[in-house]
Amino acid sequence: MTQKHVGRRMTRTEDPRLLTGQALFVDDVQMPGMLHAAFLRSDYAHARLVSIDVSAARERPGVVAVFTAEDMGDDWKHGPPLVSPPPTVEDIVFHSRTHVPLVKDKVRHAGEPLAIVIAESRYIAEDAVEDIWVELEPLEAVVDLEKALDPGAPLVHDDLESNLAAHLVQEKGDYEAAKAQADLVVKRRIYIDRGAAGAMENRGIVAHWDVRAQQLTLWDTTQAPIPIRNGLAAMFGLSSHQVRVIAPFVGGGFGPKIMMYYPEEVLLTWATLKMGRPIKWIEDRRENFFATTQERTQVHYGEMALTKEGRILGVRHDFLHDTGAYDPYGLTVPLNTQSHAMGAYDVPNYSSELKVVFTNKTIVTPVRGAGRPQGIFLAERLLDIAARELGIDRLEIRKKNLIPPDAFPYEHKIIDQAFAPLVFDSGNYLATLERAAAAIGYEKFIAEEQPRLRAEGKHVGLGIVSFVETTGVGPYEGARVTVETDGRVSVATGVGTQGQGHFTSFAQIVADQLGISPRDVRMVTGDTAEFHWGTGTFASRGSVVAANAINAAALSVRNKVLKLASKILETPEEELELADGQVRVADLPHRAIELGELAAMANPLRGAVEPGTEPGLESTDYFGPKYGATANGAHAMILEVDPETMMIEIKRYVTVEDCGTVLNPLILEGQIHGGVALGIANSYYEQLVFDENGQLLNASLADYLIPSATEIPPIEVLHEETRSPLNPLGSKGAGEAGTIPVPSLFAQALEDALQDYGLEILEMPMSPNRLFELLHEESKTP
Amino acid sequence: MKPAAFEYLAPTTTEEALARLAEHGWAAKVLAGGQSLVPMMNFRLAQPSVLVDINRIADLAYIEPARDGGVRIGAMTRQAQVERDPTVASRLPMIHEAMPKIAYPAVRSRGTIGGTIAHADPSAELVGASVALRARFRIGSRDRGERWVPAEEFFVGLFTTALEPDELLLEVHVPPMPAHSGWAFLEVARRHHDFALVGVAAVAALDSKGRSDGTRLVFFSVGEGPVEAHAAAAVLQGQVPTPEVIREAAETAGDADVDPQSDINASAAYRRHLVKVLGQRALAQAFLRAQGG
Repeated sequence: MTQKHVGRRMTRTEDPRLLTGQALFVDDVQMPGMLHAAFLRSDYAHARLVSIDVSAARERPGVVAVFTAEDMGDDWKHGPPLVSPPPTVEDIVFHSRTHVPLVKDKVRHAGEPLAIVIAESRYIAEDAVEDIWVELEPLEAVVDLEKALDPGAPLVHDDLESNLAAHLVQEKGDYEAAKAQADLVVKRRIYIDRGAAGAMENRGIVAHWDVRAQQLTLWDTTQAPIPIRNGLAAMFGLSSHQVRVIAPFVGGGFGPKIMMYYPEEVLLTWATLKMGRPIKWIEDRRENFFATTQERTQVHYGEMALTKEGRILGVRHDFLHDTGAYDPYGLTVPLNTQSHAMGAYDVPNYSSELKVVFTNKTIVTPVRGAGRPQGIFLAERLLDIAARELGIDRLEIRKKNLIPPDAFPYEHKIIDQAFAPLVFDSGNYLATLERAAAAIGYEKFIAEEQPRLRAEGKHVGLGIVSFVETTGVGPYEGARVTVETDGRVSVATGVGTQGQGHFTSFAQIVADQLGISPRDVRMVTGDTAEFHWGTGTFASRGSVVAANAINAAALSVRNKVLKLASKILETPEEELELADGQVRVADLPHRAIELGELAAMANPLRGAVEPGTEPGLESTDYFGPKYGATANGAHAMILEVDPETMMIEIKRYVTVEDCGTVLNPLILEGQIHGGVALGIANSYYEQLVFDENGQLLNASLADYLIPSATEIPPIEVLHEETRSPLNPLGSKGAGEAGTIPVPSLFAQALEDALQDYGLEILEMPMSPNRLFELLHEESKTP
Repeated sequence: MKPAAFEYLAPTTTEEALARLAEHGWAAKVLAGGQSLVPMMNFRLAQPSVLVDINRIADLAYIEPARDGGVRIGAMTRQAQVERDPTVASRLPMIHEAMPKIAYPAVRSRGTIGGTIAHADPSAELVGASVALRARFRIGSRDRGERWVPAEEFFVGLFTTALEPDELLLEVHVPPMPAHSGWAFLEVARRHHDFALVGVAAVAALDSKGRSDGTRLVFFSVGEGPVEAHAAAAVLQGQVPTPEVIREAAETAGDADVDPQSDINASAAYRRHLVKVLGQRALAQAFLRAQGG
C-alpha cells in the first residue's frame, strides 16, 4: 500500500453537511405522534424522599403520563456497573453503588430525577413538572472530599460504614528505601477541582418502540451505541436484533456521553415500551450541569525523592478521588491518574495509595483527560519545586529524567485503566521536549527577553512541560468495508463520532488500500443496524483501534480485489496495482478493470460461485491491541499576568505532539487546539462551585466560564512521529493530549511570571479571585 | 428551559404600546432585544403574563445629532448600530469604546440601547456610562405624557428604575463632553464578553488653571446599581491631578465610595482592590486626555 492519503492535510468530508445544516442530530429527529419528556429533579443534594404527588400534573391538558419510581414496579433497578474494579489487584476495596432511574428513597445529588413527565410538547411537560408536589427532608450534605471520610460524617450510602467507595494501593520498587537514599524529598498538598465537559450539544434521546415491527429504535447522543444496544436489550428482555441504537452526528462527547446507562436512557426506553409512542428528551443546559457526569476533584499528598543531581528516585502520593454520588465507572479515572503520576519520566520507585470517596455531587466519569491531567500535574509540579530547591534549570532536570529512547517498551509494573500492566510502547520523549524548547525560544527568553520585560515592569513568564497520554486501549473494534458496484466504497464501524473527523481520516486509510479517492468513501459510524460489534469512542482510541480495524478490513477487501482481478486480467496479483478506482496491470495501464465493475462480477446473478468464496467485494475485520499505545508530547507557553488585576494573557503557545503515525495533520491540529482550549479552561476559567449544601452555584453558561475564541491564543502545533509497534498503522491516540499538560504548564508559567512574589501554585483552576487571595491576602486552603 | 405561558402583544406604534402597558401594568413586560429577558423567562426567573414586543415600532430606532452637541438615540436602536455609528464615535467616544465590551457581536446585533438601560443590570456597561456622561432618558406613558429623567435618578436599585409599570423608555439623550475634559472606560472581566468584575466610567474635567473641576467617576458591578464615587470626586475637586492626588482619590473610592458584595467570581475584597486599581488607571487616562495628551 502506498500512503497517498494517510498523512495528508485534507479538509473534512463531513463538513459540507455539518456547515449547511444537513447533518442529523438527535434533536432533528421528528416522528408522527412523538411525545416530549421533562424531568422533575431534586433541588437538594442530599434528602430523604418523604412523598411525591403527581396527580395535578397528570390532570394538566396535554400531559400523557407521569411516572415516579413507584410506578416502575419491578422494572425499577439500580443501573449495572459499567466498569468493574480491577480483578488483578490484591487487597482492593470496592463498593459498587450504581445510580437509579428515579429516586425512590433518598436523593444523593442535586438534579437527581424524581419523576418524568411525558406530554404533547416540551412546554406542557415543563409546566406539568411545576405541578408536582414533592416533600423532601433535607439531610446534611457530603461536599468536602477530605471531611467526607471524617468519622461521623453524614453517609451518602446509608448501608456503608463510611463514604469510602474504594481503596487501592499500587507499588513499583521500594519507595521508602529510595527515599532513605535521597538528597532531597519535596512534599506538597495538591488540589484539583471539578469541571464540566461542556459539550456544545447537550445529551438527547428519541426512543421509539414500533409495536407492529416489534422493533426498538433509539437515537442517542451516546459515544457507545453498541454497548447501549446490548444493555437495553438485556434490561428489557429483547433480542439484540430488535434494538437499534443510532448515534448520529453528536456535538461533542468529551467522555460524559459514554456513561452507561444514564437514567434518561433507561426511562425513555421503558416508557416507549409501555406507551408505544416515540418520546423525545433533549437535555437543557441547566440539566446538563446536574445530570451529565463531571470530573477532576482530587486531593494529593505527594512527594518526590531525588538525588542532589536531580535524578528522581521515587514518587509517592496518597490521594483522594471524588466519584460523586455513585461509582458506575469503577476506577478508570484514578487508575489513569496513577498511570500518569510518574509523567514521562524514568521513575524507579513509586507508591500510591488511592481512596475513592462518595460525595453528594453529580457522578464522576472520565472527561477529556480523564485523571491524566491530575497525575501529570503532580509529577510536573513536584519536579518544578525540586528543580528550584536544587538550583537546577527546569529544562535540564526534565532532560535528566525523561525515559530515554532506548528504554522502550518501558514497563511501569503497575496496572492501567484496562487492568493491563502499564507499558509505554515507544517514543522519543527528549526530542519532543527539545523541539518545544527550541520553538518557544527557551534559552533566549530566559537570558534576554524576560530580563528586558521585567525591567519594563512586565510580569511575563514561561512554562515548559513534558507529558504522556495513554491511548488506544482494547478490547477491540471492527469494521465492514464494501466495494459498491458504482466503484464507491461503503465503510461501517461501531464507534460513534462526536466531531473527531472520523469520516475523513478513516476514509483516507481505505482510500490508500483500495486506490480510490477518500471522497468516494461513504462512512457510517454509530448505527448498530450497520455494524453491531464494538465498544465505543473513548480513551483516545478511535484513530488506533477503529482505524486499524478499518485498515484490516480494507486490506482484506484489497486482497479479494486482487484475487478476482488477477483471474479476469489473467495477470499475477503481484503485477497488479490499485489506483484511480481501477485495478490495472502495473506496466500496462490500459489493461485495467474498474473497481465497480469488479464488484458487480463478484456478485453474479447467474452462474456458479466457487465453493469457499464469498459474494461481493466485502470484508469484516477486527483489531484489538495487545495493550494501549502511549503518546507523548511537550507544551510550552509564554504568559503575561497583571498582578494588580490578576488578568492573564497567553502570549505564545507551542505544542509538540508525538502520536505516532499522523492520519491527517489538519484533523490532529484541530484535536490539539480543542484540547488545549479545555486545558486552559481547567487552568483559569472553568470550575464548578458548590456551596456547603452541595448546591451548584454556577449552573449556567453565564456563570460557568467556558472560554471562547477570544480567550484562546493561537496555538502552534508541531509533530514528531514515533510509530507505535502495537498496530499496523503505527498510530497512537491524540484526543486528550491537548488537555493533559496544560494545568501543570500554566502553573509553572504563572510562577515564573510572578517570581518576585515567591508564589507556589499547587491547585487548579487558579481563578483570578484565588490568585488575588494568594497574592494579597493570607492563603486559604481551597 | 421553556418559558411559562404568556400572552404576546406586538404593537406597531408607540401609542399602541403605551396603551397596552397602561392596560396590563405590572403583569406586562416589555420585550426589546430580549437578550436578558428571554433567558430569564426560559429559566422561569421571569414569568410575565403579558409580553409587549416593541420590535415592530420602527420610529423608536434612530441615532441623531442633538442640538447641544450630544446625541439622541432611540430606545430600540440596536447596540451594534450604536457601535458603528460615526456620530456616536466622534461625539461620544466613551460610548463608542464601551459598546464592544457589551457581551459579543450576536448579542449586540439584537440587543437595544433602551433594553439595557431599562433592564438596569448593575453590571451593564451603558448603565455606568450613562451616569458618568449625565445622560437623560425620555419616558412616555399613555396617561401622563412624556417626562425626562436624568440617569443619576433613573437607576434606583437592583434591576429597578424610575419607570412606572405603564411607562416606556423612548429615547436616550447623551449631552456632549464638557470643555477641557477627558474620559476613560475600563473594566476587568473574566472573559472578553462577560459582565465586568469591576468596571469604571470616568469623565475628567479641568478648570482654566488645570485643576480638577466636576470630575466624575462611576463604577459598575460593585453594588445594586451604578455607583458614583462622590468621595473620590471631592478629593479631586480643585486639585491639580498629580499621580499622588489620583492615587488618593482612587483609594478613597475603594475605601469610602463602594461597598461591593462577594460572589463566586470575586470576593468583596478583590472587588474593592479592583476599584482602586481601575479607579487610578481610569483617572490617569482621563486626565491625560483632558490635558490634551
